[in-house]
Amino acid sequence: MKPKLPPAALMSGRVGEPVRRPDAALKTRGDFPYSSDLQVDGMLWGATVRSPHPYARIVSIDSTEARSMPGVRAVLTHDDVPGKKVYGLEIPDQPVLAIDVVRYWGEAVALVAADHPEQARRAAHAVRLEYEVLAPLTNPELALTENAPRLHPDGNITRAIKIRRGDQNARADVVVTGEYEVGMQDQAPLGPESGLAIPDGAGGVDLYIATQWLHIDRDQLAGVLGLPHEAVRLTMAGIGGAFGAREDLSMQAHACMLALRTGRPVKMSYSRAESFVGHVHRHPARMRYEHGATRDGKLVYVKARILLDGGAYASSSTAVISNACCFAVGPYECPNAIIDGWVVYTNNPPCGAMRGFGSVQNCYAHEAQMDKLAAALGMDPVELRIHNAMKTGSTLVTGQAVDGPVPVAELLSRIKVMPMPTAVSGDHLDLTQMPGGVSNTTHGEGVRRGVGYAVGFKNVGYSEGFNDYSTARVKLAVADGRPRVEVHTAGAEVGQGLVMVQAQIASTVLGVHDVVVLGADTQVGSSGSSSASRQTYITGGAVKAASEAVRDRVFALAESELSGLGRGGSGESDGWRLESDAIVSADGGVVITLATLLGEEVIEETREYRPRRTSRLDGETGQANAHMQFAFAAHRAVVDVDVELGLVKVVELATAQDVGKAINPQAVEGQLEGGAAQGLGLAVMEEIQVKDGVIRNPSFTDYLLPTTLDMPQLRMDVLELGDPNSPFGLKGVGEPPAISSGPAIVAAIRTATGREIKRVPVRPHDLTL
Amino acid sequence: MGMGRTPPVGLMRITCTVNGKQVSADDVWAGESLLYVLRERLGLFGSKNACEQGECGSCSVYLDGKLVCACLVLGGQAEGREIVTVEGIGSDGALHAVQEAFVEAGAVQCGFCTPGLIVAAHDLLNRIPEPSTVQIREALAGNICRCTGYAKIIDAVHLAARGLAQSR
Repeated sequence: MKPKLPPAALMSGRVGEPVRRPDAALKTRGDFPYSSDLQVDGMLWGATVRSPHPYARIVSIDSTEARSMPGVRAVLTHDDVPGKKVYGLEIPDQPVLAIDVVRYWGEAVALVAADHPEQARRAAHAVRLEYEVLAPLTNPELALTENAPRLHPDGNITRAIKIRRGDQNARADVVVTGEYEVGMQDQAPLGPESGLAIPDGAGGVDLYIATQWLHIDRDQLAGVLGLPHEAVRLTMAGIGGAFGAREDLSMQAHACMLALRTGRPVKMSYSRAESFVGHVHRHPARMRYEHGATRDGKLVYVKARILLDGGAYASSSTAVISNACCFAVGPYECPNAIIDGWVVYTNNPPCGAMRGFGSVQNCYAHEAQMDKLAAALGMDPVELRIHNAMKTGSTLVTGQAVDGPVPVAELLSRIKVMPMPTAVSGDHLDLTQMPGGVSNTTHGEGVRRGVGYAVGFKNVGYSEGFNDYSTARVKLAVADGRPRVEVHTAGAEVGQGLVMVQAQIASTVLGVHDVVVLGADTQVGSSGSSSASRQTYITGGAVKAASEAVRDRVFALAESELSGLGRGGSGESDGWRLESDAIVSADGGVVITLATLLGEEVIEETREYRPRRTSRLDGETGQANAHMQFAFAAHRAVVDVDVELGLVKVVELATAQDVGKAINPQAVEGQLEGGAAQGLGLAVMEEIQVKDGVIRNPSFTDYLLPTTLDMPQLRMDVLELGDPNSPFGLKGVGEPPAISSGPAIVAAIRTATGREIKRVPVRPHDLTL
Repeated sequence: MGMGRTPPVGLMRITCTVNGKQVSADDVWAGESLLYVLRERLGLFGSKNACEQGECGSCSVYLDGKLVCACLVLGGQAEGREIVTVEGIGSDGALHAVQEAFVEAGAVQCGFCTPGLIVAAHDLLNRIPEPSTVQIREALAGNICRCTGYAKIIDAVHLAARGLAQSR
């Protein structure tokens, strides 16, 4: 019994070609099966009982009534967790189902399975829970203090980072300080958390799921379910976006528990409201910065204090705070630095991964500081940035020298000279272009235009000594008289275009037209996560390595076949290449076609690919070669502000980004455009409003996302400077667009209004009161 | 997280026309949305469940020729009416020009918003065969896309308009 899954399509396309993705046609027809579309006969629906309090002791759970309701097949609590009762990406601190305490609003407490989803929801509502309500700890500053209630046994500090670089007593001619705050952003992938668990009848389970990393889900599930790894098999279902929201477990363990208990397939699919408590969010940040510079505008030192609110459980907080601190200064040379960062537990919603991962928050601060410094020095803000820009060989505040292209100055120069949009003219009034839009709040009165610039960077791949790798199996055989390559990895196609990229790489290395990429599952080794802008690099690297291993065997086979025919011998393959489904010699002649050479032969190779190793930050100084690659982007924003009403219209965005090598240029453009839109969202509209630990806006009615009327045209300049260390010279692409786009918008709002904006998202009253 | 609701009042049979065929669904609960009926009772999963409160447009369908969010229509309201879903936009085996344009322009990433956008763009081009960028932006403002930043979606609608104009 298997649900309908995304089919493996036949593809073709070389590295660098703007190829059309294979799943697009199905998606436009509504035929692409997502995890929320999964179904099999006899399937039950699961529902989750969630805490109505951000912090409370559980006094009692009574499921008698719920169990007796029509259609209900099971009600489970923490007593029913078969294995480990806690899980977590970095620290196993989160209960599968709350045990004695709930630590955030919406925490899962019990589960129900029923015939109809509405029966399941009603039964969930009928589970009687008695709580002793506790005062929630919702202020991250208080969480740092001795008197705060300890939310976890080791205290409230999930991780503290200390970076010390150069002269700790450095002094400067010009000093600027600032305090900045970033609100809680939601990834808001459109596809809800959902999946289908099917018991195998022998104690094991098959889970069909939309996740960013199958194997880390599998590892956590095996622990929670008390099963050996081979009894927990995961298969990727269609994924409706991720952006970090699918790194942690959501309904995975719950659906498996219900399926194993009832002996029936169980589907769970969150509503949008439940999704807001079903995944982690971007960490809210409070940052205090001091920049010192010489009179001619060279940075002398940066002091920064960064506090992230991690919420109730750790998730990936320890890595997010590391990034926030490592890149706290931005892509600038700075000889002296004192950076202190903390991420703390509170009773707010748990925070973890979201596109940009720590570098988004600090970019708002370091870019605001650079503008302040430029103003204090009387310098042009772009000139100041270029004056201090990192270049190849520059050293980060962590002591790591950055190799490969570091085109910070070039990116800034390029966006500076891009054409500007025309000013609003009264003759052809288009309300959609006005702050306030078709609400018709202004025809240009009180509207001021501002231009702002920002540049940012971050690491690609997992850092600080993490064993980051990916696995690929590549098979070459003849099908229907033609050679065909089959690629199998566990890499998550979250929408970014990974399937096509894998096909392009295999096709390029093996010179074969027809490529099939099989669906991702745990029958092949781990690909790591579709996170940290890493998949094209690392899974792409694994596909390249496995394809090269297949190519070597093809050449060896050809040498041996040809020498058998008396047509050559060992060493013959020097200068051979694979092209157009054949082995081609150095002079371009066909040595032998692959169809002829292979016949019935199947050549299959599996390879793991590891990028360069990294190491953990030193606990006292924060010094280390902690990162393996860095990606840079710069943005310019043109913004109109109605200064009377505090309404903002982003008129245009422009960006320049070095992508190393664009494997699929159309997909690269899509990343730059989509990332910029998410940056715009955080700058001017997106915030999860949390009051006393309770989310006030868990819906798309109240959590505002950019629409076609909010997101302007994006001018793009894509540089392909080639990284000597990476496959094909590529760089991770996905996250940089989401880093500096928002800070550029806020800089433009500052220019338009003359106000010191300390907090994002910018609200009307920040601009008027 | 209150979920208290009144119990269902009876079960219904709904008969309506979906994508040109008369269909019926049995044992429909009074509270089921048209979106739920299409997906779970009629097996038409193309209309997507992203927000289920009419904000994201992922479940856009035609109801008697009018563009609606299927999540905001009760299943019972569909009785005797004509519905066209994303599955009814193309013909057997062939994509409609709007669908082709979305593929060609790279307007599809995760694709969860795509079915709703296809129906909404189809409706726009029915009403305004050669829309301006501003008209496209206004017409699609009820469809949220989290992946693309909309640039290639707007390109796709222009492309579809040109394609349809040529085929006329």
